[in-house]
Amino acid sequence: MSDLEAHRQEIRTWLEANCPPEMREPIRDESDVCWGGRRNEFKNPAQKAWLDACAAKGYTVPDWPKAYGGAGMNAAEAKVWREELNRIGARIPLSSFGIWMLGPALLKFGTEEQKVHYLGQIARGEIRWCQGYSEPGSGSDLVSLQTFGEDKGDHWEVNGSKIWTSYADKADWIFCLVRTDKADKYQGISFLLFDMASPGVTTKPILLISGNSPFCETFFDNVKVPKEQLVGQLNRGWDVAKYLLGHEREMISGAGGGDRTAAIGPALTRGGGVEDPILRAELAMFDVDALAYSAMGEKFLDEVKVGKSHPAASNMLKYAGTELNKRRHELVMAAGGNRALEWDSEATNGGTPARTWLRTKANSIEGGTSEVMLNVIAKRILELPGVS
Amino acid sequence: MPLYHSDDQAMLADTARQFIGDEGAITKQLRHWRDTGCKDGFGHGLWKQFAEMGFTGMLVAEADGGLGMGNVEAGIVLEEIGRNLTPSPFLTSSVMAATALAAAGNEARGRWIPGLISGDQIFAVAIDEGAKHRPERIKTRAEKAGNGFRLSGKKDFVIHGGSADMLVVAARTAGSDDDDAGITLFAVPRDAAGMTQDAVKLVDSSIATHVTFDNVELDGDAVIGEVDGGRAVLGKMLAAGRVGAAAESVGVARGAMDMTVDYLKQRKQFGKLIGEFQALQHRTAHLYSELEIARAVVFKAQQLLDGGSEKADLMVSVAKAKAGKVGGLAVREGVQMHGGIGMTDEYDIGLYMKRDRALAEFMGDMYYHAERVARLSGY
Repeated sequence: MSDLEAHRQEIRTWLEANCPPEMREPIRDESDVCWGGRRNEFKNPAQKAWLDACAAKGYTVPDWPKAYGGAGMNAAEAKVWREELNRIGARIPLSSFGIWMLGPALLKFGTEEQKVHYLGQIARGEIRWCQGYSEPGSGSDLVSLQTFGEDKGDHWEVNGSKIWTSYADKADWIFCLVRTDKADKYQGISFLLFDMASPGVTTKPILLISGNSPFCETFFDNVKVPKEQLVGQLNRGWDVAKYLLGHEREMISGAGGGDRTAAIGPALTRGGGVEDPILRAELAMFDVDALAYSAMGEKFLDEVKVGKSHPAASNMLKYAGTELNKRRHELVMAAGGNRALEWDSEATNGGTPARTWLRTKANSIEGGTSEVMLNVIAKRILELPGVS
Repeated sequence: MPLYHSDDQAMLADTARQFIGDEGAITKQLRHWRDTGCKDGFGHGLWKQFAEMGFTGMLVAEADGGLGMGNVEAGIVLEEIGRNLTPSPFLTSSVMAATALAAAGNEARGRWIPGLISGDQIFAVAIDEGAKHRPERIKTRAEKAGNGFRLSGKKDFVIHGGSADMLVVAARTAGSDDDDAGITLFAVPRDAAGMTQDAVKLVDSSIATHVTFDNVELDGDAVIGEVDGGRAVLGKMLAAGRVGAAAESVGVARGAMDMTVDYLKQRKQFGKLIGEFQALQHRTAHLYSELEIARAVVFKAQQLLDGGSEKADLMVSVAKAKAGKVGGLAVREGVQMHGGIGMTDEYDIGLYMKRDRALAEFMGDMYYHAERVARLSGY
């Protein structure tokens, strides 16, 4: 038996013993997702048991080093872990911007002390993070951001506001882009971490066309941020931000597989659901694109693990994946007909088809618009002239 | 199996890129044979070089003197063939016929495989009846006669049929036209009495034939695979041909895109390089994304096929459909972005459009394969 096969057997045995049956059920709604954090309320004891068991083994972040709360798995071993989770339909134990976004940036740019402290908290699900990037006047042109941190010796005093801060009202800490030098547009931004319970931080949820959302406006009014909470070099936060954006784009792209890349024809046509032959043809053409995209996602993840992927590849995945997801929900609506228009009925679980359809329209805006993605591909991959 | 090349595969890719880019270049091969009115539409000299490189017998088992490689490796060669629009019998001989012959008995393998590997013999596959690829319906019939068979019917658009020393023919030996069962594959030699071929030149300058079988006598050794149970080997041959054609399409698309991106960096209008215009940048970036996705799914399908996965059949159709869709996009954008010069015969981009069109049709277009994806997915 190869080492990898032994590893698979070990995981399989461990999952059998430690993954509660409730955690092998499909996720029905947001309340089934475990985000961790200081104010976390577990939906049921099984959710807590599953998180605790995984955190104890480093399985919430299997490919992080053991010293920072991970399991120290290499690329192939981590892939086996995901495959074994999928095999039994197990939910991931912890969903977290800390894992998906901040973690990779800290691993690359953090000090040893920061890594031990923050990564450990993330891995155990103790601290829930939110991201302070966009501002009311700085969307696609993110680098024009105005939130300012004034140097007060041992700390910065931060004033300004952020928008589209997902789960700002539920998060414990924020990783935030703050201008620390007004003279230089790119090299005047710093990457700061701070507690959302700090005096002067307020949040206000945003209602979307799809209804309630995790998005918030976040306001900073003379917020004190100690100097040791800077990540990377002073005024070089844009490097950290860009690196982190790559991970965010990868996350939004759905490249990791799951529902976002699955074929839809089988589900939508069940029980004679689609009678229109032209709609059926559209579903088939969509399924070709979705299944092809799933191969791209798999290839990308394989390449990332061995450093073979193009550094700008996540932009391509984000572009293709989000456009695909918008098309998916257009087809879900078309197949659903009038039933899919119901806004708050029990039959639609509170208007899920319509609300999801509307929500997906943001996929190609958040984390960098499709147009910005195409600009980046044109410049960094195709090396076309004259793109700013 | 990770979706990137192993060291050996990367080495093969380097070799193939250099060799085909050099010896298989458009001026040396496609334009040369086209402009001299070659009856084969490809060069036998180059084909012998393919043999010297070991490409001809890549898919043949080592026990039969080949290299025992898989569809991933064949795809590496095909992508370079596509990129250079190199006319050759690689796809019909070394991929499709080789895949079929792997299922043949000792007699047939001994008769045909040495010539396949040495490059002395050319092979074609005769499946389609009519203008569209529809192998579910086979009307060409072979009646049992003594120890052998008597073959009658008509096959259309047999690529390289007129150049081939042997044609792999799918015929019905039992049942009615649309039955799944009752198919048998035959190896029909070029000099078989009663077989006639009418050649037709296609848009991409390849030569195909319409083949008529009029009571062609075949002995029992001509059978490849099982009598009446030929769907299995036909399925394998089709899968290899489809994923191979998809790989070649991706190569054609890559060649067209590279040419176009280069052009955007050279051509000036309104006092600017046209590559500075965002209208063109976004379309090119979109094309790039689609092409990367097509490459990924072709790779995935090749791997599944080589691994004998039960998902291979579905992903082969996904790959062929996606490659067809993206290949079309690449050549249309290519001609449009080249502007007027893209319409001239002198410039190569139009040749990419022609080859893409022929490959899109070969072994089923995107509509055929999307329909197949729906059926295999249960709807």
